[in-house]
Amino acid sequence: MKQGRLNAVREGRLLLSGNEAIARGAWEHGVTFAAAYPGTPSTEILEAIGEHYPEITAQWATNEKVALETVAGASYGGARTLSAMKHVGLNVAADPLFTLSYVGATGGIVVVSADDPGMHSSQNEQDNRLMARAAKVPILEPSDSQDALDLVGWGLEISERFDTPVMLRTTTRISHSLSVVQAGPRREFPPKGYTRDIRKRIPIPAFAKGMHARVEKRTLDLSAFGETFPLNLSIAGSRSLGVITSGVSYQHAREVLPDASFLRLALTWPLPWDLIGRFLAEMKEVRVVEEGEPFLEEQIRAHFLAPVEGKKYISLEGELEPGLARRALAPETVEPPVFAPAQVPQRPPTLCPGCPHRGAFWVLNRIKAGSTSDIGCYTLGLMPPLEAVDTVLCMGAAITVLSGLEKALGRDAVAGRIVAAIGDSTFIHSGITGLIDMVYNGCTGTVLIMDNGITAMTGGQQHPATGFSLRGEPARKLDLEAVCRACGVDRVTVVDPHDLKSLERILKEEMAVPEVSVVITRRPCVMIRRPEHRAVAVLDPAKCVSCRRCMSLGCPALSFVDGRPVVNAMLCYPECRLCADVCPKGALTKDAGGAR
Amino acid sequence: MSDEARNILLCGTGGQGILFASEVICGAALLAGFDVKKSEVHGMAQRGGSVSSHVRYGRKVWSPMIEAGRAHLVLALEKLEALRWAHFLRGDGMLLACDLEIMPLSVNTGQAEYPDVSAGLEAMGVPFRFLGAVEEAAGLGDPRVANTVMVGAAARWLGLPPGTLEESLRMRLPAKALAVNEAALQRGMQLTAGV
Repeated sequence: MKQGRLNAVREGRLLLSGNEAIARGAWEHGVTFAAAYPGTPSTEILEAIGEHYPEITAQWATNEKVALETVAGASYGGARTLSAMKHVGLNVAADPLFTLSYVGATGGIVVVSADDPGMHSSQNEQDNRLMARAAKVPILEPSDSQDALDLVGWGLEISERFDTPVMLRTTTRISHSLSVVQAGPRREFPPKGYTRDIRKRIPIPAFAKGMHARVEKRTLDLSAFGETFPLNLSIAGSRSLGVITSGVSYQHAREVLPDASFLRLALTWPLPWDLIGRFLAEMKEVRVVEEGEPFLEEQIRAHFLAPVEGKKYISLEGELEPGLARRALAPETVEPPVFAPAQVPQRPPTLCPGCPHRGAFWVLNRIKAGSTSDIGCYTLGLMPPLEAVDTVLCMGAAITVLSGLEKALGRDAVAGRIVAAIGDSTFIHSGITGLIDMVYNGCTGTVLIMDNGITAMTGGQQHPATGFSLRGEPARKLDLEAVCRACGVDRVTVVDPHDLKSLERILKEEMAVPEVSVVITRRPCVMIRRPEHRAVAVLDPAKCVSCRRCMSLGCPALSFVDGRPVVNAMLCYPECRLCADVCPKGALTKDAGGAR
Repeated sequence: MSDEARNILLCGTGGQGILFASEVICGAALLAGFDVKKSEVHGMAQRGGSVSSHVRYGRKVWSPMIEAGRAHLVLALEKLEALRWAHFLRGDGMLLACDLEIMPLSVNTGQAEYPDVSAGLEAMGVPFRFLGAVEEAAGLGDPRVANTVMVGAAARWLGLPPGTLEESLRMRLPAKALAVNEAALQRGMQLTAGV
C-alpha cells in the first residue's frame, strides 16, 4: 500500500506505518544506500524509500543474501546503510549476517527483519530474535512507528559505535500498523570512503579468532549500554504486578493492564541485567509478555534463577491481540461477549480474475499433473477446483524438490505426473542454482517458469527480468530463456498460459522427453496491465447445458446460480477469456469492445 | 469524546478500497488532534480474501488492534464480511454494511452456501443497517467510490469534528478524483441522516 500523499508532508506530525517510519528514519539519519528483496511484511520499507527519499540509493536485490552483501560493501565504504527482509528472508541472508557480525560495520548497518507471527502471509512463524542472538548481533524492537523511526537512528549509531550490524526486528503489527510520528529533517552522513584493512575484513582463521574475541567483549559492552539506553523504558505503576515486554506486545499489555508497572525493552539483546534485576526486586510478581518464542523469559529466568512466567500465559503460537492479552493477564476484567460470533464461510485469498496462473493450473489439473511449487501467488493453485500444487517449501525449492523426487524414485515417478512451478521473481531469487543442479545431475523433469512480469504476491515490485529498477527507471532486462539455455537446458519453450490448447500440447511433449525442459508461461499479472478494452463475459442461457466446466476455473468472477454461471461484471477481467475458451457449447462468449 | 478510544472496524474483501476508507477516517482523526492507530495486514490476504482494518483514536491509544466486543462501529463493504466481524461490536455499537454480496470461492464451488446475512445479524441481536452504496456510487458516475459513500454514512458514528473528513479526502486525492469522492461522502452522510 502506498501512502504517498501523506508522506509528501516533509516534517511534523504524520501518521505512518511502521515500515514508512523505518524508511523515514533511514532518511532522517543519513542512510545513503538501501537494498532489499520484497517480502511481506517488509516490502513497503524500500518502496517508501524509493518513492520519497531520492537522497538514498535504493534497489531491489535479486535476493536477501545479495541485498545484505551489497549493504556490507557500502558500509565498508563508510556509508550508512539499511537492508530489509521478511523473517524467512533472513535465512537466505544468514550466511553474510553471521560473519558480518565478526567483521563489523564501518558505516552503520541496520538489518530489518520483519517477522510474521500469525503467518498472515508466510510459511512459518520463526522468531528472528533467536537468529540475531545466534549471530551475536544486537536487536532493537520498536513498539510503534515513532520507535521504528527513532530506532533506525539508534541502530545506525550503535552499529558504528560498537562496530556491528544491528537487527531492527519488527512484526506484522508494527510494520503494518499506523501511528503518529514526529518527523524531522535529514542529517547528512556522507560516506567516509574506503580504507583497506585486511585484519578487519578478511576472516581467515588467524584474523577471525581476534574478531570472535572482539564480538564477545562487544556483547558485554552492549549489555552495559542497555542499562541506560533511553528507549528501554521503566514505567512505574503498581508494584503487585510488573510486566517485562517488548515490541507490539507492550501496547497490548498496556491496554489491558493500565495500572501495572512496565519494563519496556527496546534493546532486547544483549539484555541490561542490572535494569532487569532492579525491576524484579521491586515487583511482587513479574510476567514476561512476548509473542513467539520465550526469548526474554528464558534469558531472565536463567540469569536470575527467578520465577518469572511468560509462556505460561501467552501462547508460543500465533500473534497476540488485546483480547488474548486480557484473558491471559487481566482475566478479572474480561466482559461476557455481547454478541456471539456467527458461523460464516471462510474467504481465503484466491487467484485474481484474469490471473495468468489460472490457465497453467487448469491445464495441469486437466492432464492430471501436480506441481512442486514455490513461494508466490501461484501457491494459491493448491485450492479447489484447480488443486494442482503438491508441495511448497521455501524460495526456489520447486525445482530442487522435483529433482530430489526423481533421484529417489526414478524418472517414471515424476514424468507426466509432476512438474516444478516457480514464478519469475522466485526463479531469479534462488531457482537458477537449482536448475543448474538439475541439469548437472542428470535429471529429466519439466520446469514451469510462471512469468507474470512482476514480483506479484508482495504487491508488484520490479525485478531483473522486468527491465525496470526499483524507481521505475529502465534497467538491463534479464533474458530468462537465455539464462535457462546457459544453465544447460536445450528445450526452452515460451507459451501464453491462457492459450490452453498450446500449453497442454507443450506440457505433454516436454514431460515426455527424457531431459530437463523449461516451459515459460508468459502473460502479465492483471495488477500491472491496464486492459485495452472493457469486455465482460456474456452467457447465452439457451446454449448453456449446466455442465459446470466454466466453474472448474475457480474464477472469482463466476458464480453458479440456479444451474447457470453468473458473471460478476465488476470482477470480470476484460482481457481474459478462459471461461469462453473452456465452455464446450459456446454459451459463454467474450468479445473485445463489448459494452460494460 | 471521553478518554476511552473510539474503535472503528472496517471490513470487506480485497480490492474494495478498505485501506483507503480507513486512511480517510484516520486522517480526519489526526486533523482533530487525536492520537491515532490503525492496523491491517497486506500481502497474500489481499488477493480477494477477507480484509479488515482496525482504526482507533482518542486522547491516547495503546494497542493498534480492537478487542472483540469493543468496536463502536463496524463498517462493512460486503455483507458476509459484516456477519463475520459483527461480534466485534459493543452492546451499544452500530453496524453499517454495503448491500453487496461477493461470493467466496467455497460458495462458487458449491462447498458452502452464502448465508442470509440479515437473518444472521438479527439472530445475533446486532443493530445494523444495509446501504446501497454501490448503486449510490454508480449514480454519482463511479461505482468504485462506494467505499467513500460508506465513510460518509459512518460519519455520524465517528465523533469527529465537522469538516475533518472532507479535509482528509482533499489531502489524499488528486484533483480529478476529488469531486466524485466529495459527492460520495456527502451522499453517504445523507443516507444515514435520519437514523
